[in-house]
Amino acid sequence: MDSASLQPSLYTVKAVFILDNDGNRLLSKYYDPELYPSMKEQKNFERNVFNKTHKADNEIAFLEGLTIVYKGSIDLFFYVVGSAQENELMLMSVLNCLFDSLSHILRKNVERRCLLDNMDGVFLVVDEIIDGGVILESDPQQVLQKVNYRADENPLSEQSVAQVLQSAKEQIKWSILK
Amino acid sequence: MIKKFDKKDEESGSGSNPFQHLEKSAVLQEARIFNETPINPRRCLHILTKIIYLLNQGEHFGTTEATEAFFAMTRLFQSNDQTLRRMCYLTIKEMANISEDVIIVTSSLTKDMTGKEDVYRGPAIRALCRITDTTMLQAIERYMKQAIVDKVPSVSSSALVSSLHMVKMSYDVVKRWVNEAQEAASSDNVMVQYHALGLLYHLRKNDRLAVTKMLNKFTKSGLKSPFAYCMLIRIASKLLDETEGGHDSPLFDFIESCLRNKNEMVVYEAASAIVHMPNCTARELAPAVSVLQLFCSSPKAALRYAAVRTLNKVAMKHPSAVTACNLDLENLITDSNRSIATLAITTLLKTGSESSVDRLMKQISSFVSEISDEFKVVVVQAISALCQKYPRKHSVMMNFLSNMLRDDGGFDYKRAIVDCIISIIEENPESKETGLAHLCEFIEDCEHTVLATKILHLLGKEGPRTPQPSKYIRFIFNRVVLESEAVRAAAVSALAKFGAQNDDLLPSVLVLMQRCMMDSDDEVRDRATFYMNVLQQKQKALNAAYIFNGLSVSIPGLEKSLHQYTLEPLEKPFDMKTVPLATTPISEQKTDIAPVATSKLPERLAPSRQDIYQEQLAAVPEFHGLGPLFKSSEPVQLTEAETEYVVRCIKHTFARHMVFQFDCTNTLNDQLLQKVLVQMEPSESYEVIHYIPAATLPYSQPGSSYTLVRLPDDDPTAVSCTFSCTMKYLVKDCDPNTGEPDDDGYDDEYVLEDLEVTVADHIQKVLKPNFAAAWEEVGDEFEKEETFALASVRTLDEAVGNIISFLGMQPCERSDKVPENKNSHVLFLAGVFRGGHDVLVRARLALADGVTMQVTVRSGEETVVDVILASVG
Repeated sequence: MDSASLQPSLYTVKAVFILDNDGNRLLSKYYDPELYPSMKEQKNFERNVFNKTHKADNEIAFLEGLTIVYKGSIDLFFYVVGSAQENELMLMSVLNCLFDSLSHILRKNVERRCLLDNMDGVFLVVDEIIDGGVILESDPQQVLQKVNYRADENPLSEQSVAQVLQSAKEQIKWSILK
Repeated sequence: MIKKFDKKDEESGSGSNPFQHLEKSAVLQEARIFNETPINPRRCLHILTKIIYLLNQGEHFGTTEATEAFFAMTRLFQSNDQTLRRMCYLTIKEMANISEDVIIVTSSLTKDMTGKEDVYRGPAIRALCRITDTTMLQAIERYMKQAIVDKVPSVSSSALVSSLHMVKMSYDVVKRWVNEAQEAASSDNVMVQYHALGLLYHLRKNDRLAVTKMLNKFTKSGLKSPFAYCMLIRIASKLLDETEGGHDSPLFDFIESCLRNKNEMVVYEAASAIVHMPNCTARELAPAVSVLQLFCSSPKAALRYAAVRTLNKVAMKHPSAVTACNLDLENLITDSNRSIATLAITTLLKTGSESSVDRLMKQISSFVSEISDEFKVVVVQAISALCQKYPRKHSVMMNFLSNMLRDDGGFDYKRAIVDCIISIIEENPESKETGLAHLCEFIEDCEHTVLATKILHLLGKEGPRTPQPSKYIRFIFNRVVLESEAVRAAAVSALAKFGAQNDDLLPSVLVLMQRCMMDSDDEVRDRATFYMNVLQQKQKALNAAYIFNGLSVSIPGLEKSLHQYTLEPLEKPFDMKTVPLATTPISEQKTDIAPVATSKLPERLAPSRQDIYQEQLAAVPEFHGLGPLFKSSEPVQLTEAETEYVVRCIKHTFARHMVFQFDCTNTLNDQLLQKVLVQMEPSESYEVIHYIPAATLPYSQPGSSYTLVRLPDDDPTAVSCTFSCTMKYLVKDCDPNTGEPDDDGYDDEYVLEDLEVTVADHIQKVLKPNFAAAWEEVGDEFEKEETFALASVRTLDEAVGNIISFLGMQPCERSDKVPENKNSHVLFLAGVFRGGHDVLVRARLALADGVTMQVTVRSGEETVVDVILASVG
């Protein structure tokens, strides 16, 4: 049964997900339509994986018949899932590439708040590393070059300046109308 | 409203999330700014991110709202902001299945994929292929071909990977791009190389010759990408497996050479491929094992895990090959990653010596509660294997297992433990009582019906034969009081067996049965009433037939026969002997279950092989009136494996006839065979009645021809016969490519190997769970006994194997296993002779210079006894 499932194929990655330190999903992609087709099953699986992995930073686990490699950083957990027969090192190379690329675009602040502020960049990075379960790129330098994403210097303050201006405008408008 | 506030308060504690309280409707409202001019890239980007985030969280978008947002998004192609455009591609991919008319963006994407901006081209191709169908694919075919050979790696990779995704949908179109993929495979870029190789393999995987050529080319030229190497190794090992090529082939050399690759990933892939090859010798394994040994001390947990998991697999078949790694494995048993530690310990349990068992068991029990169920199952399997190896250790194991049984765990885990305990009980008679006691304790509080019924069945079988059967009655009757219907019914059956076996318990069992007859469930009441009446007769024969050894017919066969009977009711009562017998499942080989991947096997419940044959034969009009099919043999090869025509024969035995089914395969692609039949010349007084030829036999499509033979009526002892077989047919030459045959052909024949019919073809295996009871039931009316000397046989094991395969009967009471260091043994065999007569054989074997055998045969029919003795002699 082992040899049967070791069909030569480029479809290496079954799923990728990023959870926060409460086990909530921040991003997740399932590439095998037969694996956990419904949202409920996916979230159950993520919950199960999180419960088994968040306490000890063990890098690799085997759950529900799947090989899972993972990595934690401050309040984030990154997971890459492959079949039981998959080459664990291939999965590791995907995980490392994902982490290093994100670490770069987040300027080493790999934590929840910063990740959420640059969610668009995160989506793009994942898209450049894996396409439909096939490893598209495993070199973080190449990924960064392709994504060509620059994190905002200070997204909050800029946005708030715009908001302040907007509210000031409104107030002036109202005062004139009065 | 209040609930919402609560939620908000609760979550604000865990740090703020800008996406936390997104409302789908609000976001879609915001999406209207996509239509504003000039486009504000920053705000639009933010909104697209929110949409994708919502989709990712599993928010459901209706078709209308999705389509609306999608169309608004298409306007954003006017902006030249890079990140915004890339997010548009992502949105297209995410919405491809929920929005309507996504093909509207085809022209924009085609423009991007052929444009000057390299950053856009790759992602645009991937987005485009996501929304394209077969007809549209032809329209962009030209661009795809160009993109595959593009000099920009990201463009080429994207095109190759997208093509791979499209193979499932439009194989015929993608097939035309083989030349481009071939060119891309020689690219300098590692990823392009890998993707091109993957695509080429997917396009060619059904053509073994092309795959071989491709492998030859790449293994010689050498690749740069480690991923591509891994892929090559997998293709090579698959090819080796299919062609059953010896391990001296260049493919094996290639895989072995990868053990010296400088990339760990490739080395591991090669080692794992070698380990997974069937029938590898210890010498071939050695280099793979030594690289895995090196990995055991790697600082990377994933590598250690991979290495020890693979070593564990080696240890299942070749424990001696792993002994060299024992020291490295010892270091891993305290690994902080419990998965690694568990695998290391279970591997050591397989390779280590008997003296280390206690220490390892102690180590593992210290953390068994921390590991996941999957690995607990691995531990149980290791213990199970260990018990077979060191039967003397069973008390340590049994204690450990009973502790594990008390812990929490899922069904698979508990089932593995119960199976393990049951197998220990069967292997070691002295552990029976402790084992049964643990199982009794377990069913006192067991939520799994399947396990409870299984254990009750075992108690019924083994309990009555223990020195103190009465102590099990309490556990069993508790089930009747407390459990669900299925368990209660199983408990009643178990009770009946105690009553039937132990006369002194009978009165108490009858009292309990009386109680069960008041049960609220039909099945339980029916069983209790039935057993009550049987037990009250106090007749050994009845007990044996109805309590110990149940029906031996095939259930689907019985169902069919009964159905037939109700459709055409006859004067005479239904005869059980007309029902085909159940083929005893060939005792399942203890599959060496890999430490992982046990959970995903689908349960198969197909009709038995014999039921399928029955159906096939019933379709041939000439075979009507032969009665039910009694037995079908295993296929016998009548040709060598690599000849022009491959023929195998299956012998079907009926009450007075035999049908020989010849499965023929024509392996010549320039010939069409017609009117194929196999002529048979019997050596004894068997009479060939009918040939049913296979009408046509095109290239590589198997066809069946049948020969019907009547068994000699006058001499019932003539059970063995040799047939010389010749295949006769009409050959028509044909074009190997189109398969068009010529009009005229010529007759030809082909000599096959001789076919033998032996006594085993006349006997069907039947398992009698309680042989002694069955022995009494048949009685000694036609008992005969004879003594033989088997001079050529050297060991008892060999003698037992020979007798079983010669007579084709079912060994009972596990008497096919000869205990070690004994020089006498008793073998019990049970079967049913053609015509429905039970046959039982007791063979006492004694080992002196050769083996001396005293055979006692009992049956309800005298001729059958004679037949068996005559054939043995």
